[in-house]
Amino acid sequence: MTETKAAPPPPKRPRPRLDAVNRPFWTGGAEGKLQIVHCPDCGQYTHPPKEFCRHCQSENVAPKAMAGTGTVDTYTINYQPWMPDLEVPFIIARVRLDDAPDVILTTNVVNCPVDAIDFDDKVRVVFEEQDGVFFPLFEKVA
Amino acid sequence: MTKLKEAYISGVGQSEVGVRLARSPMGLTMDAIKQALDDAGLTMDQIDGVASYPGRMATFLGFSPIGVDEVIETCGIKARWHMGGGEIPAQLSAIAAAVDAVRLGHARHVICFRTVYEAAAMSRPEEFPPLRREFVDGLSQWTAPYFAISAACWVGQFAMRQMKRNGMTREQLAQIALNGNRNALLNPNARNITKKELTLDEYMEARMITSPFCLYDCDRFSDCSTVVIVSASDALDEVSPNPVRVAATAGSVHRYSWDQPDYMASYATGPDLWSKTDYKPKDVDTVQFYDGFAFFPISWLEALGFCDVGAGHEFVDGGTRIAIDGELPLNTGGGQLGAGRLHGFGFAHEAVTQLRGKAGARQIPGDPKVAVATSGGGPLAAALLLARD
Repeated sequence: MTETKAAPPPPKRPRPRLDAVNRPFWTGGAEGKLQIVHCPDCGQYTHPPKEFCRHCQSENVAPKAMAGTGTVDTYTINYQPWMPDLEVPFIIARVRLDDAPDVILTTNVVNCPVDAIDFDDKVRVVFEEQDGVFFPLFEKVA
Repeated sequence: MTKLKEAYISGVGQSEVGVRLARSPMGLTMDAIKQALDDAGLTMDQIDGVASYPGRMATFLGFSPIGVDEVIETCGIKARWHMGGGEIPAQLSAIAAAVDAVRLGHARHVICFRTVYEAAAMSRPEEFPPLRREFVDGLSQWTAPYFAISAACWVGQFAMRQMKRNGMTREQLAQIALNGNRNALLNPNARNITKKELTLDEYMEARMITSPFCLYDCDRFSDCSTVVIVSASDALDEVSPNPVRVAATAGSVHRYSWDQPDYMASYATGPDLWSKTDYKPKDVDTVQFYDGFAFFPISWLEALGFCDVGAGHEFVDGGTRIAIDGELPLNTGGGQLGAGRLHGFGFAHEAVTQLRGKAGARQIPGDPKVAVATSGGGPLAAALLLARD
């Protein structure tokens, strides 16, 4: 009789505390939307989200659904298990959004080998749900 | 109108540097304060200002266990001016604030301190609880959910850009770690941190943390307190000879986040520093650059104009130009990679020690008169230009 031991589950992602300002970003994935704060007065984006536009200080801001595509600005392949049972290696990347080039998201590029990532790679958003938070991750566009 | 005074560093002190020291955080702080007072020739009743970065952090005690308030109370200081806080452009800005205070006459002699207790705290989590990671607030919510939990994961991405865009090699990056190791072996205060020589082969074979950083590219948690006393020019008759003048200070922020900056704040801090002085990079005899990760000093070389932007890795290639007997000795005490994570203040301490010619076996040759010390270099950065008149 062989005894098989199931691998421990990977740790949960540290979860942001949701509030009125950050909720659209962290829950937009429920509708498949990447939401970034947009200012109709000056046309610019504010990220991390704020209740004022950081470019013109207008209070007339609202989350706007983005295309969800971008390019890899830079990245690192992480080998250190910062938390117990964290599976390594994995990719941490800065993704510059196509339709808001001043906005950079730190994220994970998933669904590819770690050595398949490079600068300027085209990527698109995919969402991973955990406890009601929809984490925007990215995968390479074939 | 009253003329602005000049500011001088009249004394420096450093406690034992170690890992899991039995001495308490206040004990370490008192050791460093008493040493700095002796060095400056001052007594406690002459101190009328206290400054620290970032002040006591109750939720993260190993990072900053001692507050300005506790030092004032424990030492019975009659402070006319004091400040402690984290919302300033990097660690050495606490010293820059003290410089401003004495120049304006708010105080005559200011104790500036930074006490770290991270190594001890990690071994005694019951006394110093680590941060809980289930929920993340503030800026960390934009990085921690992706397990980009350490600054290594953030700075590593700037270093990857230098490799992919500008051609930096791991052998060039290694020179910062090898230089720090070599110099730490000559520094008595680093004997608990660095015990043996590091070779390039060992570096190349070390386990990776996050590309391009291996274990030796990351500074080492330690327990220590470092003190710098800043004195006004019209109070120099009260202090020991050999004060070092603070010729200029600079600090800047790019974005108050680690995920949004497209360049590091050091690149704005360098030109700002030179705009405040007649000194030029060619006048500098030694540089003490923040090296929480090995890439920081390479970016500081570029930011301060010691080489072209994008060419810092070429400057350090082979390690000879930055060695103690090189043209620009860098991190002569070992830096944080070799002498422990003193979190910025160690660089000011080492710069003063070198300018006074008191660095013993690691003393740079000649008669050094000008030094730069920096801290930070990510979203926040600060620099001090020190000169011996």
